[in-house]
Amino acid sequence: MSAAPAYSEDKGGSAGPGEPEYGHDPASGGIFSSDYKRHDDLKEMLDTNKDSLKLEAMKRIVAMIARGKNASDLFPAVVKNVACKNIEVKKLVYVYLVRYAEEQQDLALLSISTFQRGLKDPNQLIRASALRVLSSIRVPIIVPIMMLAIKEAASDMSPYVRKTAAHAIPKLYSLDSDQKDQLIEVIEKLLADKTTLVAGSVVMAFEEVCPERIDLIHKNYRKLCNLLIDVEEWGQVVIISMLTRYARTQFLSPTQNESLLEENAEKAFYGSEEDEAKGAGSEETAAAALPARKPYIMDPDHRLLLRNTKPLLQSRSAAVVMAVAQLYFHLAPKAEVGVIAKALVRLLRSHSEVQYVVLQNVATMSIKRRLEVLTNLANETNIPTVLREFQTYIRSMDKDFVAATIQAIGRCATNIGRVRDTCLNGLVQLLSNRDELVVAESVVVIKKLLQMQPAQHGEIIKHLAKLTDNIQVPMARASILWLIGEYCEHVPRIAPDVLRKMAKSFTAEEDIVKLQVINLAAKLYLTNSKQTKLLTQYVLSLAKYDQNYDIRDRARFTRQLIVPSEQGGALSRHAKKLFLAPKPAPVLESSFKDRDHFQLGSLSHLLNAKATGYQELPDWPEEAPDPSVRNVEVPEWTKCSNREKRKEKEKPFYSDSEGESGPTESADSDPESESESDSKSSSESGSGESSSESDNEDQDEDEEKGRGSESEQSEEDGKRKTKKKVPEGKGEASSSDEDSDSSSSTSESEMTSESEEEQLEPASWRRKTPPSSKRAPATKEISLLDLEDFTPPSVQPVSPPAIVSTSLAADLEGLTLTDSTLVPSLLSPVSRVGRQELLHRVAGEGLVVDYTFSRQPFSGDPHMVSVHIHFSNSSDTPIKGLHVGTPKLPAGISIQEFPEIESLAPGESATAVMGINFCDSTQAANFQLCTQTRQFYVSIQPPVGELMAPVFMSENEFKKEQGKLMGMNEITEKLMLPDTCRSDHVVVQKVTATANLGRVPCGTSDEYRFAGRTLTSGSLVLLTLDARPAGAAQLTVNSEKMVIGTMLVKDVIQALTQ
Amino acid sequence: MIHSLFLINCSGDIFLEKHWKSVVSQSVCDYFFEAQEKAADVENVPPVISTPHHYLISIYRDKLFFVSVIQTEVPPLFVIEFLHRVADTFQDYFGECSEAAIKDNVVIVYELLEEMLDNGFPLATESNILKELIKPPTILRSVVNSITGSSNVGDTLPTGQLSNIPWRRAGVKYTNNEAYFDVVEEIDAIIDKSGSTVFAEIQGVIDACIKLSGMPDLSLSFMNPRLLDDVSFHPCIRFKRWESERVLSFIPPDGNFRLISYRVSSQNLVAIPVYVKHSISFKENSSCGRFDITIGPKQNMGKTIEGITVTVHMPKVVLNMNLTTTQGSYTFDPVTKVLTWDVGKITPQKLPSLKGLVNLQSGAPKPEENPSLNIQFKIQQLAISGLKVNRLDMYGEKYKPFKGVKYVTKAGKFQVRT
Repeated sequence: MSAAPAYSEDKGGSAGPGEPEYGHDPASGGIFSSDYKRHDDLKEMLDTNKDSLKLEAMKRIVAMIARGKNASDLFPAVVKNVACKNIEVKKLVYVYLVRYAEEQQDLALLSISTFQRGLKDPNQLIRASALRVLSSIRVPIIVPIMMLAIKEAASDMSPYVRKTAAHAIPKLYSLDSDQKDQLIEVIEKLLADKTTLVAGSVVMAFEEVCPERIDLIHKNYRKLCNLLIDVEEWGQVVIISMLTRYARTQFLSPTQNESLLEENAEKAFYGSEEDEAKGAGSEETAAAALPARKPYIMDPDHRLLLRNTKPLLQSRSAAVVMAVAQLYFHLAPKAEVGVIAKALVRLLRSHSEVQYVVLQNVATMSIKRRLEVLTNLANETNIPTVLREFQTYIRSMDKDFVAATIQAIGRCATNIGRVRDTCLNGLVQLLSNRDELVVAESVVVIKKLLQMQPAQHGEIIKHLAKLTDNIQVPMARASILWLIGEYCEHVPRIAPDVLRKMAKSFTAEEDIVKLQVINLAAKLYLTNSKQTKLLTQYVLSLAKYDQNYDIRDRARFTRQLIVPSEQGGALSRHAKKLFLAPKPAPVLESSFKDRDHFQLGSLSHLLNAKATGYQELPDWPEEAPDPSVRNVEVPEWTKCSNREKRKEKEKPFYSDSEGESGPTESADSDPESESESDSKSSSESGSGESSSESDNEDQDEDEEKGRGSESEQSEEDGKRKTKKKVPEGKGEASSSDEDSDSSSSTSESEMTSESEEEQLEPASWRRKTPPSSKRAPATKEISLLDLEDFTPPSVQPVSPPAIVSTSLAADLEGLTLTDSTLVPSLLSPVSRVGRQELLHRVAGEGLVVDYTFSRQPFSGDPHMVSVHIHFSNSSDTPIKGLHVGTPKLPAGISIQEFPEIESLAPGESATAVMGINFCDSTQAANFQLCTQTRQFYVSIQPPVGELMAPVFMSENEFKKEQGKLMGMNEITEKLMLPDTCRSDHVVVQKVTATANLGRVPCGTSDEYRFAGRTLTSGSLVLLTLDARPAGAAQLTVNSEKMVIGTMLVKDVIQALTQ
Repeated sequence: MIHSLFLINCSGDIFLEKHWKSVVSQSVCDYFFEAQEKAADVENVPPVISTPHHYLISIYRDKLFFVSVIQTEVPPLFVIEFLHRVADTFQDYFGECSEAAIKDNVVIVYELLEEMLDNGFPLATESNILKELIKPPTILRSVVNSITGSSNVGDTLPTGQLSNIPWRRAGVKYTNNEAYFDVVEEIDAIIDKSGSTVFAEIQGVIDACIKLSGMPDLSLSFMNPRLLDDVSFHPCIRFKRWESERVLSFIPPDGNFRLISYRVSSQNLVAIPVYVKHSISFKENSSCGRFDITIGPKQNMGKTIEGITVTVHMPKVVLNMNLTTTQGSYTFDPVTKVLTWDVGKITPQKLPSLKGLVNLQSGAPKPEENPSLNIQFKIQQLAISGLKVNRLDMYGEKYKPFKGVKYVTKAGKFQVRT
């Protein structure tokens, strides 16, 4: 064993026999001098030229630090060695420095230059560790140096160094929070980093430095979602919890209404797990039965997050599973939350600490905890099993446990009506138990249960009344008394007798029982004064001299109330009402109820107290913020060409592994490829190509070729998709792999590859085109679905013919294919009437198309909304043969095309008018805009205010019509008018700008009235705004078309309050 | 995030401390000791303790407490998971995670902790990466080091750190290339009085020991993959491949690791390999009771059940037990009231039984319920769920590895109510 000199020495230094040698006992100050002496040998060793001696000295010093001994007096000797060549000595010196630099700042400065040199070292490990130490030494003077180093490292070649930079950010921030702005810049830069290595760390830095700057995430949201699976587990946890918060601010709540679309898809997906989601399943079907109201469509980005996190439920790390579980809990539609159950159950087999936390999260301590879980999971089907389990528990020796069980039974019984009787009977049997605690607990629970349906249970009350003789536990006695008092009419003969007994033992009772005796007396006095008058008076006078002032108070109060006297007459008349008011049945809730305001899985949730740095989970927004902010800018051209090249290189790889390769896999199976080459590259390279085209307008010919090849590829992708029968995917390569779930819609396979190609092309385009153009094509795709809700059946019978359903499938496909975001636009229609973009320059290859709602009656058909379409050609070739191609319109909507524009020379503009009958719904009209060479899918979606035309009527007429449209047809909303919007002029202008309504003259000055008729059905829409002086106002809309009414109210409020 | 870490042994000595941010005084651990005193059992110390300025999150592993100090909001599981990872790493490096091992290798421990966390956020936790940065101690290496003066610390960034497969290092070389898989299943079950199953599920894991050179790409397929109900994977497994083909495809880490853990929970799939006939009764108003249990095989798929032990927590009023057994040996501890019967193997010809009298404290009321029996057993060469490995294929390397699969079934929390 002479083999390990270093270690055995080292051992000597740290523990064992050598311990007292280095032991520094602060209590005995006398040793100080000898202490220095003791360290002398270490100093000597550090001063030698031999690395091995230095190393040994450092090892001993580190061992001292590890034991929590003070080694600060060695600082000068150690710091000299910071430039030591031996890497291990160097590392140990770093350890020492980080520990003591804060205490000896001046000396620490001596080492800075070494680190600065280290930051330039060609070895990435050395650069990184220099930055780590530099940022860890907590010496305020070097803040500027740190800042500089971080900035530099943030653009280092090595992702490892960039990761270290991300770690250094919160360190610098905690040292000097004035640097925040600069640090945010660095964070912003690092957030854009595409390597998985950096992602987790930078999100961590983001969370510590500027969690409120949610806007920094927008652009990186999709990237983070896609990278998530490849990020190391620690990063995953942080990213998931950040994204949970993000999603809460950016998307609409999926629980208000389940969308049909999701349901159909999800049902098939989770079919196998139906048992898990049984409770939720029934809801699901219920919701499906009511497809008539489902204005909610999940934002595809929201869906993307849910989809990309789901595989992580199978992570080995409990923290990740919990993070995903909380994400699902907070973000997923109810029907989908079931998927987390299995994974959570699995965690329960893990380490006991993990169990503790998980159980806390699912529901309290050890066994009771288990009960919480059981009852919370209980539902109609499994209740017999649960009850049988409870039965076994009741026989347990641990009485506290039994009591907890009984409470749990109570909760089960309240929640599930069917078993209530069974539970009640069981509990009554328990009343004969030998143990008082059990009996008492049962009584309390029975009381609560009976309160819910007293009528049928006279018998039980009688039985309870008998028990008063035996039960001594005050809580139980009190409960029984209360019950008897409350239901004295059910047991008219026993009640006075009980009172008599209680009166006898009154003085010996506990306070809580006394109070209930008084209560009982009062109630009986009121219902049955003949028999109980004397008794009551006796009880009250006893209570009057009680030691407890509460009881004295109560007695006095009761006496005044019930005993008729001259002055108190008014009160006593109401006494009956006061005492015998029907009480609402209690809700038996678990003690975990109040925790739900904390984000699940967080420390704050576990402790049920807000921890420092806890970020509140925001509530869902009322309206979705603009989703286009997540669209990513077209990358600059130079970058693209690189990517293009790379793409060429990668292509064979992708096509080889077609059916199975995905971001995860490509990462796994191709270790040689750089880390950058993962998931995102494929999507970006696609777009890179498209952008290069757009920027290079003069190369039309080439462009065509490029496009050809791209579409070829997308076709290939398309085929692959069909092969896999994946119903949704978000876009070409990046996506198809994500949605692994074997899928449902076979109807999609009917689709011709041609149509798919068409679908795909714009999809790939859309993704990278600037935000504005996105709206139009994107919304077009959901339109078919929306139709069914918003087309009022009376006007337009809903007819979903077979063709529609196939195209519906196609649209579904397109819907999720597009990475771009779908606004649940119905919920937030555009309120401005200005020019809107139909086709963006980039997407239209130089053709720009805008549209406006002119509000002029359309000459061909009065039911149509006239839309002015402005074309302009910004390319340098003439565009020929502009016309509307075969529109694929939802039922009811019709289009009057504009005459073909034969040619549009470069730089020229033209305007055409077309009519669209929107059929009184805000469905988008989708059609193709064709040129000789290309077809563009476009869609026009009207704001609700454009679906009507003004009507002129007098005040009386208005009032008369309004009178007819009350009740359901009236929608009223309160609002606050901002200061800027209180003058007549502004109000009228804003309202009329939002909706095409005519002003109705009005007598009073603070009231504004507007009237109009919907274009298609001619239903009246009456709008009244009642403005009160302080800016409070009430907006009323009367219309037969309730949907229109509701949307109009929303729009007008939005316009007025902005 | 994680501010500091204290390692505390069973007797309450803080024998190691490490701070990642500014120094937190040891006195913060007093709160932990307070909580520890309150808890009846070492294992019942609450993992999360809130103190006025800090939060303490602790785990208990191998008779050591790992207490971490937290100042701001962080998911508790994150910290717990990390602490377990630290303990796993120690285990991996030193062969055991004990106070002695940590004290002997305090410098390595410190270096490891330094690498694992940066500013309280995990930096490198993958054992392969760590092993390249800091070489595990071996006797041979320390000899060489002491002679040549070279160190245990790597001076280049581990290749794994930057690759997409951080769990595997480049340039692994073995002379014998081997891949072993252990399929270990544990049955958790509760059998009620009448012998019917209240609850049963199988918890399985596949542990692998892979010593293959280069970058092998393995795919492991099962005869009946549909059995697996809920699976969690090592990050190396390609999730898509599993979803679509039910094949485990992965580039393995080097050495020992847990490939997957799974659960088979549908009750009718869970075979219960043993049955117990029992009659335990306490007579009212007398100081004795009868105790009689017989254990026998059931659904054992032709394999012998071995290593059977029955543990019974007798009620407090039991003073002593006078039993005779036909096989094995029994002990009764009058202090903890635990009866342990070590049965051994079961042969169907002669069923082992344990019967006799129970002496009760006189005058005490008879116990209200009968104790439940906890049973341990082991079946070699059998995965009770029926899971079978079909084949293991290797791609990406030329050599022919030696492959092996072993199955074991054990009792997990196997309880028979009486």
